[in-house]
Amino acid sequence: MEALRQRARELLAAGTVQAVLGYAAGSEPDRARPCFVRTAAEADGLIWNEHCRQNLATYLQKPEVRALGRLALVARRSTLRALLQLAAENQLADGRVVALFVADDGAVTELPTLAAIEELVARLPRGLSDADRQELDRIAALPLGERQAYWAGEFARCIKCYACRAACPLCYCARCITEANQPQWIPVSSDPLGNLEWNIARAMHLAGRCVDCGSCSDACPEGIRLDLLNHVLAEEARTQFGAEPGYSVRKDYALASFKPDDKQEYIR
Amino acid sequence: MEFAVSAFEPKLVAFVCNWCTYAGADLTGTSRIKYAPNVRLIRLPCTGRIDFMLLLQAFGKGADGVIVSGCHPGDCHYTAGNFHARRRWTLFRRLLDFVGVDLRRVHFAWVSAAEGAKWAELVNDVKTKIQALGPYDAFPKRLDGRPQPAEVA
Amino acid sequence: MTEQRILSRQNLGPLFERLAADGRRILAPVRHGDRVGFERVTRPDEVALDYVQTRTSAKSAVFPPYEPLLQFALQGKDVQVAEPAPDAAPTVLFGVHPCDAASFATLEAVFTWDTPDLPFESKRANLTIIGLSCTQGDAYCFCTSVGGGPGDPRGSDILLTPIGATHFLAEILTERGQAVARLAGELLEPHRGNGKDAALAQIPPRFDARQLGAKLPALFNHPAAWQEQALRCLGCGACAFVCPTCSCFDITDERDRYHGVRLRCWDSCGLALFTLHASGHNPRTKQSERWRQRVMHKFAYQPERLGVLGCVGCGRCSRACPVDMNLAQHAQQLAETAV
Repeated sequence: MEALRQRARELLAAGTVQAVLGYAAGSEPDRARPCFVRTAAEADGLIWNEHCRQNLATYLQKPEVRALGRLALVARRSTLRALLQLAAENQLADGRVVALFVADDGAVTELPTLAAIEELVARLPRGLSDADRQELDRIAALPLGERQAYWAGEFARCIKCYACRAACPLCYCARCITEANQPQWIPVSSDPLGNLEWNIARAMHLAGRCVDCGSCSDACPEGIRLDLLNHVLAEEARTQFGAEPGYSVRKDYALASFKPDDKQEYIR
Repeated sequence: MEFAVSAFEPKLVAFVCNWCTYAGADLTGTSRIKYAPNVRLIRLPCTGRIDFMLLLQAFGKGADGVIVSGCHPGDCHYTAGNFHARRRWTLFRRLLDFVGVDLRRVHFAWVSAAEGAKWAELVNDVKTKIQALGPYDAFPKRLDGRPQPAEVA
Repeated sequence: MTEQRILSRQNLGPLFERLAADGRRILAPVRHGDRVGFERVTRPDEVALDYVQTRTSAKSAVFPPYEPLLQFALQGKDVQVAEPAPDAAPTVLFGVHPCDAASFATLEAVFTWDTPDLPFESKRANLTIIGLSCTQGDAYCFCTSVGGGPGDPRGSDILLTPIGATHFLAEILTERGQAVARLAGELLEPHRGNGKDAALAQIPPRFDARQLGAKLPALFNHPAAWQEQALRCLGCGACAFVCPTCSCFDITDERDRYHGVRLRCWDSCGLALFTLHASGHNPRTKQSERWRQRVMHKFAYQPERLGVLGCVGCGRCSRACPVDMNLAQHAQQLAETAV
């Protein structure tokens, strides 16, 4: 933690960045909140622990945050992946952000360029956590009717607050399909169809792009495991099309490319 | 004329591309091949245009089964629309299956403009299968002010 | 008209049966893992009596996330319009904490200040509230800062306060409460013993909402008070949707060519499109302006215009916020900010 604070102070003092976007202590010991550090003295408030989960790359599209100037961003693996994916989608210019990657042991690595992020993220372990893996497999193994009932029950609690969308670093559309009404695609109301369509559309629009940060689920006030929908699609996109979003700044969106011999045994 | 007495006539919606399957279905008709009248065709320029949301809309409006069909790979009028669509469907099917949508109600096919007979077989086969499955009550329906079945009865 | 009685926990079962026999449905907090929510119940053993707070509020009982206002159909050249039958099922909201009970006064002020709102009023008229005093709170609770308290009877028709492990003190507060008391009959025993204060949670006040409300207009253009707090706001609607008093809604038509239904759906001032005009102009372009609107509406505008506070201190917004925008903390900061 002290290494992180020290690096933040140095970056601010040198004028390399105008603000460090990190985490500060939250309302309770089990929470952390994003914070914007603009002076060396404020860096004392930076913390790092397992509750620092909201993907801070989400803030990069906000005009108020852009106006702060060049930023340093306290980053986990998924934050780095989000930065690369945003760059691949032309949403982030190289050099606009200095990533401060914090390893499990608290060591801080300063990554001033996208190339440096690419190099580091390639060396990190991949895959879902054991708990996510188990939950995903458990639901996938349910018989169809139970699976349908499980998700109907989960989606029934959705109140369409769109915290999942707001928390997602890759949900940056200025106008979202769910608010399109000429024609209208997704019902405004949080009725069973509206909730099913919203949650499917959200996951599909992130298919092959999601960096598995889980901020959508963390944000859900009802605790719906929305991230599982994304993980399932990420896994399918990887096994079928080799999609590895967030590991490179190259544009290789799985749904904007194809191979003539892609899987099609389900098509007659 | 024969009138099959069936408790359940499924509603099928087919999203088809303009250049192959729609022409193929036209050929079925001009060839005087008889097939199940349960299907409503919706013609779109290309399978690449068939947004996954359209399939959900069909189910939400009461379809019991959905068919998506277009040009064979390599035959796309726009060169690659069907290749893009194929990737999208592969992912979409995985998600539908995971959230418990019955994949036996979603059918994908390549039907060329010359395959009038294949179109008839496809529709008849899907109709038979969906008939066996019954109405798709598990899928939530759109609130559109229509009288609900209970109100009608 | 307050009467004090004793209700034994053993008698909750018979009470529920009598309420059901009277044709009333019961909504109560139910626990699922670490989540508690209001659901329809039939037996007291389904009810979580030891919860701190539900994730979403009890306002759905009178102001659901979506509800039909009217249906329309095109028949020839005529348009047939029908109002849906009001949802008039007699309902007992059992086990809501005093903050939620107090929230109904705010909702009533909004929904009945001018033209009667039939969907709301039909449900409110049939709602009886059996509150449950709080014996525990958490770091997010701040009812005592907004004029409430863990044993505040306002809003409840009957307020239950746990006395020991076996009994409740039952305060019968209103005519609707009397009606339930008559149904309960001998289940409500004569009160013997002490008051409820010893059983109540300790929630220290953090600011004075009335004083804050009086001061807020002067802080409207404060250079730092809003921007700094709102910088981390993601602009979702979680705070408003879990709030027991937030009452903004969106009206939308779901229709096909011949049929349609006009729905009222929850909306939130935190969402960027909330104030977007058809012209393209948006009077609140920044998240700080939206956050300010939320605070001003609750603590300044509603007290000024409707005579009620727009906040009951339940703390749900702060628990639900993905980025820990703690309303009580910010209100406290504002209260301490020099004008």
